[in-house]
Amino acid sequence: MLLFLEQLLNGLQFGVTLLLMASGLTLIFGIMNLINLAHGSLFMVGAYVGATAIAHGSGFFLGLLAGVGAAAITGMVMEFVIMRRLYRRDHLDQVLATFGLILFFNEMVSIVWGRQPIAMDPPAFLSGTVEFIPGAPYPAFRLAVIATGILVTGFLYFLVMKTRIGMWIRAGASNREMIGALGVNISLLYTLLFGFGAALAGLAGVMAAPFSAVQSGMGENILILTFVVIVIGGIGSIRGAVAGALLIGLTDTLGRVYIPDLMRLWLPPSVADGAGASLASMMIYILMAVVLAFRPRGLFQTHG
Amino acid sequence: MVKNISRKSWSTITIFVVLALVPPVAHAFDNSFLITMFNRAVIYAVAAVGLDLIIGFGGMVSFGHAAFFGIGAYTAGILGTHAFDGSDFIFGWTGSNDAFVVWPLAMLVAAFFGLIIGLISLRTSGVYFIMITLAFAQLFYFFFVSLSQYGGEDGLSLWDRNAIPGLDLYDRNTFYYLCCAILLAVWFLLSRLVGSRFGRVIIGCKQNERRMRALGYDPLLYKLTAFCISAAIGGLAGALIANHSEFVSPGLLHWSRSGELMVIVILGGLGTLVGPIYGALALFLMEESLVSFTEHWQVILGPVLILVVVFFRGGIVGFLSGAGKATVKSGGDHG
Repeated sequence: MLLFLEQLLNGLQFGVTLLLMASGLTLIFGIMNLINLAHGSLFMVGAYVGATAIAHGSGFFLGLLAGVGAAAITGMVMEFVIMRRLYRRDHLDQVLATFGLILFFNEMVSIVWGRQPIAMDPPAFLSGTVEFIPGAPYPAFRLAVIATGILVTGFLYFLVMKTRIGMWIRAGASNREMIGALGVNISLLYTLLFGFGAALAGLAGVMAAPFSAVQSGMGENILILTFVVIVIGGIGSIRGAVAGALLIGLTDTLGRVYIPDLMRLWLPPSVADGAGASLASMMIYILMAVVLAFRPRGLFQTHG
Repeated sequence: MVKNISRKSWSTITIFVVLALVPPVAHAFDNSFLITMFNRAVIYAVAAVGLDLIIGFGGMVSFGHAAFFGIGAYTAGILGTHAFDGSDFIFGWTGSNDAFVVWPLAMLVAAFFGLIIGLISLRTSGVYFIMITLAFAQLFYFFFVSLSQYGGEDGLSLWDRNAIPGLDLYDRNTFYYLCCAILLAVWFLLSRLVGSRFGRVIIGCKQNERRMRALGYDPLLYKLTAFCISAAIGGLAGALIANHSEFVSPGLLHWSRSGELMVIVILGGLGTLVGPIYGALALFLMEESLVSFTEHWQVILGPVLILVVVFFRGGIVGFLSGAGKATVKSGGDHG
């Protein structure tokens, strides 16, 4: 039972990382109608810059800020130079151009930082454990990640739904010309929004860095999972992103732990471990196929 | 210039003549690596021409075509392994090494999975379709990664190339010309298909699915058939690449491979069928020449792709046949 709770929290923590990625990506898609494969590259930029700053003794918060800032600036430059030429293109063009960006960023990172992965430790003040469930000490850093993710998502929801900027953004999504005619600088707004989504990806990158090797190509693994999240949730929907992220985070984490155990009930252990591991890694894609087979536009569909 | 042969036909004739001239030129320069490189490009072109059928004509942007490529390659790899060590594959069958058994089977298996993937994916459209095909390809990627019986992550060596009576597939030239012949056949059959009633319906579904339904066609049936044909061609190309590199690994199904196939189609010219052949040659030549500059060649290739997408619409064939005509994709040859 305690193990289950611990795995549940791990799943939640992974889900929150996915959520930070997915909320940025789904906003950019829902509002600008743009598929950005290079969103994973922003995650990678955040992780690299954050890890490097911390390794050079910047302290955790300054490092976090550096990572988030670097991702945001990279994102805004990307939007200004390339993305704004693609808003009116079809999705195929967007996929290809951003595929080109991925190649560029992955290679650029290995030019600057080399091909060896770099490691990052969680900050000292969060390196301990918290025993908030009696008998199950849980790493404080993972809890901090969960809390940050929840706070940021709440802020995002507030920003888009309750503020004037959010209103402009939503208005721009439904009619770009009209909001421009009303005197709102929509292209600046889009650049800022893109930068904001990039900052979220950078934040996810820095926070995920202690759990995984920081290396070239790290962005694509999470990018594909993020796509699964937003497709399951319904593209463009923040609520859908939340639901999808939790679903995928929990399915993936719990699946890896329990599916091999479950398989052992029916199969000899040697077969069960192999088949279980393989089924666990395919689980989320199977889940996605099932969801889309019944709801082709995701759980919370927004576009008609 | 002969007036009644269009520029597009010229670009088709040109590319096949160029392909045919590769081995003599390579021998003249004593550079047999050139044949190996072009052979890879030709095999990728086979898959890309198949992909062009669904993207360029059917409007189905499949971002998971590497799955079929990999499935075809693994079919050849797995059957070859059993044929080599004589072990049981299934129902007492010990695999096969015969190209006339293995290659059609690779196509059949790929088409079968194309049918399943297509049935689910074609319920969606647009971005959802792009994503779901990507997700299915990932599913197969992880399947082969964990298939430890057949090498798992490390891949599987093909101990013998497949055999065709009377042909020595180990001979560089023979294998190269065989792949070219297959490419020509695939290109020819698909050009006929696109011009047929079936092809018109596919193009119609891309333009306006609701109207096609009103005309009494079942769009899903036509799109699914096209998807399976494309998958089968991908499987065939996979079996060829397995023979070419005598090795199969999950890397063949990596998502970036699907991206590469899409790049080839777009670079060459979407919806032209001959374009992907140009695209494959251009991509591999670009890769090889950039590699000789720097190991970080992707840092140049990436921006080149972006420039192509932003400024160079219609791809190479669109450029060759006159930029203005590049947008007329499916109207046939009006002269």
